[in-house]
Amino acid sequence: MEMTDSLRLGPLADPTQFVGSLDIAGYAGDDLKRMLAGMLTIRFAEEAVADLVESGEAVCPCHLGIGQEAIAVGVSSVLRHTDKIFGNHRSHSHYLALGGDLFAMYAEILGRKAGASQGMGGSMHLFAPDVGFCGSVPIVGATIPIAVGAALAAKMDGRGDVAVAYFGDGACEEGVLHESLNMAAIYKLPILFVCENNLYSSHLDIGLRQPTDSVARFAAAHCISHRVVEGNDLIAVAKAAGDLVKAGRESGSPGFLEAVTFRWRGHVGPKEDIDVGVRRKPEILAAWKHRDPVRRLREAMVKTGMLTDAQFEKTCAVIKSAIADAVERARKAPYPETAALLDLVYAPRRNQ
Amino acid sequence: MSAPVSYAEGILQAFRYLLGNYPEVFAIGQGLWSPWYVGASMKDLDKEFGQARVIDTPISELATTGAAIGASLNGYRPIVIHPRLDFMVLATDQIVNQAAKWRHMLGGRSPAVTIRGIINRGGEQGAQHSQALHAWYAHIPGLRVVMPATPQDARDLLIAATLCDDPVLYIDDRWLYELSAEMPPPGPVDLTTQTPKVLRTGTDITFVAASYSVTLAREAAEALAKKGVSAEVIDLRVINPLDHSVTRASVKKTGRLLAIDGGWQTCGLAGEIIAGAVEDLPPSAFRARPQRITLPDAPAPTSKVLENIYYPTTEHVVAVAEQMLAE
Repeated sequence: MEMTDSLRLGPLADPTQFVGSLDIAGYAGDDLKRMLAGMLTIRFAEEAVADLVESGEAVCPCHLGIGQEAIAVGVSSVLRHTDKIFGNHRSHSHYLALGGDLFAMYAEILGRKAGASQGMGGSMHLFAPDVGFCGSVPIVGATIPIAVGAALAAKMDGRGDVAVAYFGDGACEEGVLHESLNMAAIYKLPILFVCENNLYSSHLDIGLRQPTDSVARFAAAHCISHRVVEGNDLIAVAKAAGDLVKAGRESGSPGFLEAVTFRWRGHVGPKEDIDVGVRRKPEILAAWKHRDPVRRLREAMVKTGMLTDAQFEKTCAVIKSAIADAVERARKAPYPETAALLDLVYAPRRNQ
Repeated sequence: MSAPVSYAEGILQAFRYLLGNYPEVFAIGQGLWSPWYVGASMKDLDKEFGQARVIDTPISELATTGAAIGASLNGYRPIVIHPRLDFMVLATDQIVNQAAKWRHMLGGRSPAVTIRGIINRGGEQGAQHSQALHAWYAHIPGLRVVMPATPQDARDLLIAATLCDDPVLYIDDRWLYELSAEMPPPGPVDLTTQTPKVLRTGTDITFVAASYSVTLAREAAEALAKKGVSAEVIDLRVINPLDHSVTRASVKKTGRLLAIDGGWQTCGLAGEIIAGAVEDLPPSAFRARPQRITLPDAPAPTSKVLENIYYPTTEHVVAVAEQMLAE
C-alpha cells in the first residue's frame, strides 16, 4: 500500500490493516529468499542482542528494531557498496541489511577490539564502510546533515553513488532535518532520506508530538519527491526506494521515503515498554505483531510455491547457528588495549 | 621574502594555495559570494575557483557544518566558514558531538574538516556579535584548535589545519586583519609539529597569549623595555592540544607568569596556562604570584563607556606586569 498527498497516514497507521500476504508478482524467488533471509538475520540477531542484555553481558544501550526489518532490507536491496549510508541509535538492521559482519557487531556490543568500531562505540556506534555503512550515532538527527555532505561528495565524485540517511519520526522534530532537506533540495544532491516512522519517539506517541502523523509533509515543503509506504511490506519499500534511488543516481535529485512501521520492543533494551510508553497498549502491540513483515513475505512465498515450510525452517536454523557462532566468538575476543583510550583521540602522525 | 602581506591577505593566500593545489579542498559557509561577511580574506575566490568549490549557503550553520563533516568522511577536505563565533554556536552539536568524536567512538576515520570561526567584536556590536569562545572548544578532546596571531600564521595555520587528518577549529580575529609582515611563499605545513613560539626573549617576566592577545603582549613588552624591564612573549598558536613546555621553560627562567586572553576568566584559557605551569614547577620557581588578564565575566556591552572598560588593553598588561615586578 502506498499513500499519496495526504497529511494523515490513515490506514497505514492502523495495525489491523495490511495483514495479508504480500504481492510478490514480478520478483524472482532467489531475490526474495535472499531478502527473507536478510529479515530473519536481523530479527534473530536482535533477539540474541536482547538475550545478551538480559544476561548482563551487554551493558551498552541497545535499541532494538524487531518488527521493522522490511525497511532496511528493502532499501538495501537497491543500494551498492559504494553508496554512503548513515544510521542512528537503532541501526543493527541498517548495518546487517548491507552485509555488515555479525561477529563484528557482537564484538562491538561487547566492547571488544575486533568490533565494528574497534570496541570503542558499542551498539549505538556501528561502522562498516566496506559495505557502505558510514556510521551511526545516537544524537537524534545528527547523521542527517552528515549524509547530505556525503551526497555532496558523491555529486562531486560523479560516479552515480547516493547517500542514505536513516532516521525516525522523532528526528523530524529536530531543526537540523529541515536545514538538511533544504540544502539537499537547493544543491540537488543524490540522497535518500528514509524515515522509519514507527509512531513513537522514546516513549511518546506521535499524536502527542506532532499535529499530524505523516512526516512526508516536510519533504513536500522542501520540494523533495517523496513516497509514503507500508513499512512492513518489503516489496512496497523496495519498489519506492528503487524509484527514488534511481532518480538520485541518474539526475542527482533527493528523495524522501516515509515507511510506516512499529517496533515490538521498547525504546531501549529487550522489554516491550507497555508501562512507560504513553498510549502504548498491549492490544495495539499484539496487532502490530500480526502485521509482521516476515510472516507476510513467507506466506506469499509459500503460497506461490517458492518456499516450503521445511526450507524456511532450515533457513532459520542456519541463520541462528551463524548468530550463535558469532556471539560465541565475540565472547572470546580480546578487549582493546588500554592505550586505545588516548591513542584514538587524534589521527596518528604521518611518517611515524 | 616579498612585499609585506596582511593577516587578511595571508588567509586569502592560504585559500588560494589550498584550492589551487588540492582538488579535494572546498570552502562552504555563509557569505562566500559576498565580501560583506568575510572581508578581504576570501575576496573573489568564487570567481577564481568556481561556485562549485566555494559554496555560499543558506542560514543553516548546523547542517552546513554537518555536510562538511559528511564530505570529509568521503575523501574531501572541506573548510567551513562561520563569519562569527556567536552564530557558530548553532553548529556546536556537529563540532563537539560529531567532528571531535567520530574517530574515537567509531574507531575509524577522523573527519578531516576545518572549521573557520571569526572573532568579530568591538564597535558596539554587543553580546551576540562579539564572542571569543575558543576555550569552550579547546576543552573538547579530538578537536584541534588553532588561533593565529601573526600574518604568516594566519596563512600557514590555515594550510596546516586543512591538510591535517583531524577536525580543526581555526579561529581568526578581525582586529588582526591589518597587521602585516613579510613571509616566504606558501607551502605544506604539518599541524602536528606546530609548537608555541617565543616571539620575544626576556628575563624578567613571561607573557603567554594567543591570537589578538599576543599583540597586547608584544606592545606591553615594548613599553616595558623602555622602562628597563625584559619581558618574554610566547605565542601559543595551538590551544588544543595545549603544549605547556615552552611556557614552563620560560617561567623557570623569569619566575613570573602573566597569561593574557581575550576570553572570559572562569574555566578559561588563561587559567589553563597558569595551571600548566604551576603544577609542573616548584613554588620556589615563582618570584611573584602568576596572574591573568581576561575579559570580565560579563557579556559584551554595547554602550561605548562600558565597551571601553570591557576589552583588555596594552596599558592594562603593563600595569599588571609592574605590580608583579614589585611583588
